[in-house]
Amino acid sequence: MSPTVIILFLIIVALTLAITYWASKQTQTTGDFYTAGGELTGFQNGIAISGDYLSAASFLGIAGSIALYGFDGFFYSIGFLIAYLVVLFLVAEPLRNLGKYTLADMINARFDAKKVRGSAALSTITISLFYMIAQLVGAGALIQLLFDIPYWIAVLIVGTMMTIYVLFGGMIATSWVQIVKAVLLMVGMFIISFLVLLKFNFNIGEMFSEVKTATSHGAAYLKPGLKYTQPLDTISLMLALVLGTAGLPHILMRFFTVKDAKTARSSVITATWTIGIFYVLTLFLGFGAAAFVGETKIMEANPGGNMAAPLLAEAIGGEILFAFISAVAFATILAVVAGLVLSGASAFAHDLYGQIIKKGKASDQQQMLAARYASLAVSVLAIVLALFAQYLNVAFLVSLAFCIAASANLPVILYTVYWKRFNTTGAVSAMLVGLFSALILVSMSPSVFSPTEGAALFVGEPIFPLSNPALISVPLGFLAGYVGTMLSSSKADAKRYAKVKVKANTGYQETGS
Amino acid sequence: MVNESGYNDTGQSGQAIDFEKVEQSRPFKKLMHDRKKFIVPYTIFFLVFYFLLPILTSYTNFLNTPAFGDISWVWVFAFAQFIMTWVLCTIYVKKASTFDEQANDIIEKQIKNGGKAS
Repeated sequence: MSPTVIILFLIIVALTLAITYWASKQTQTTGDFYTAGGELTGFQNGIAISGDYLSAASFLGIAGSIALYGFDGFFYSIGFLIAYLVVLFLVAEPLRNLGKYTLADMINARFDAKKVRGSAALSTITISLFYMIAQLVGAGALIQLLFDIPYWIAVLIVGTMMTIYVLFGGMIATSWVQIVKAVLLMVGMFIISFLVLLKFNFNIGEMFSEVKTATSHGAAYLKPGLKYTQPLDTISLMLALVLGTAGLPHILMRFFTVKDAKTARSSVITATWTIGIFYVLTLFLGFGAAAFVGETKIMEANPGGNMAAPLLAEAIGGEILFAFISAVAFATILAVVAGLVLSGASAFAHDLYGQIIKKGKASDQQQMLAARYASLAVSVLAIVLALFAQYLNVAFLVSLAFCIAASANLPVILYTVYWKRFNTTGAVSAMLVGLFSALILVSMSPSVFSPTEGAALFVGEPIFPLSNPALISVPLGFLAGYVGTMLSSSKADAKRYAKVKVKANTGYQETGS
Repeated sequence: MVNESGYNDTGQSGQAIDFEKVEQSRPFKKLMHDRKKFIVPYTIFFLVFYFLLPILTSYTNFLNTPAFGDISWVWVFAFAQFIMTWVLCTIYVKKASTFDEQANDIIEKQIKNGGKAS
């Protein structure tokens, strides 16, 4: 490990700890802890959303996929971006108008039933944990590669850092860590892209001609079909990507950090521009890595292609750029896992403890304490699971998290806001059917069972053919919400819906709430 | 809690707000109608535009024909997805500001009067 890498690494650690220290002084109430007091500006929140969303899987994973599989690697970039149109057009503003801290709060604007809140908390916790395990296992492997330290130490470092941010600085620290990380990441992306373009004389056509011959795939590299060969599997994955974002609890939670729907809207706009530019740049990184690092070297460092971006930085920018990009990758992981801890903890402490067990009667001090205990518990649980999962292939957990979000959360969000007849039974059935159909189908899928040893969790023939079950589980989630509502004898409360509808669409808030 | 207080909401003048009346009022119905007219077609459009990409790449080959030099139509279509996203964002913001005006009007004239005016 070079001294430059160590110094940059320590600077990032020091900077984020300084932010946490400052944030801990600002965190006085439960509202500060969960939502930074709702005081972020649209621009700040937009950048923080980008920081929360652009995970190591996006940065290193997509760059690597494009480097190795050309066009097919780019599919992810497109799906992840268009997802923000779903967020903007259908979800962000009503969510902000109805919710307080969590997804369950928003659904509870219509139903007081504990089982609805409980189901929402269950899906939030499942999504957050899966996502976090995937991030931590990826982080451990990556830091092991970048800094040459053992996996378990790497996981402990990342785990301890995320726990400190959330425990002491809550949402304020988490948001600012995400903002700092997003800025560093974009700077890094621009520098590498600029250097890559410089090598191609700023001629995009030349870049395409060059990569056409740079890989062993030849002309096929620029065509779809290198990675995704089964049409239904591709479409299923694309479905999970585009609908999942609008149901991801750690992204939804970010909309409660601003004061109103208008600010929520402007944060989606900032995020969409930032994220869009980022994904365009992933192409330069991927192509650059294919041309200047080469397939063989990328595969040698890591068969999944995760080292493509750092290796490219080294090839075109030398030691310093390599160190900078490694440090950025580290910051990227920290920011994302911190956001996940917070959303998991909010489901435990606010939904399960505060609202269900204490029936909303806990004092602010009790709630704050519960939030901190829950953060600690979620962190420790994730770290322990990640330590056991070292040798498992868990990359599919990220797309599974998107799939659960799209199947269990999105139907309920949309029905709550837009469907008058929707009732408690419908809400519970949609969430449970969406969640469990995704889980059961994936457990029988090629992501879990593969005839080749090491390619998936278990060796064997998959019973269910699609790697990502979204194509089946998303319609099931919507259907269950509909059927559950229709079969139930409980009448929808027309007065309550009128209120929800008026509030969701006008942003009206009672004074004092 | 924000929304669990039941129906004893009161407007500025102190009387309970009849949200059903607000919902039935002409300005609110117009807002809902305008929103729907805007959101539904655009949402269908971007979802169709998006899924066309994997459907066309999975079941046809014609996107593989060259568009500009070594850049084939599939790349042009992929970049068009980015442009489409940014354009729709911009259109949405413009349109949403008119919804904001309508919403403020409803809050001022309907809700703060307890839903009495119609």
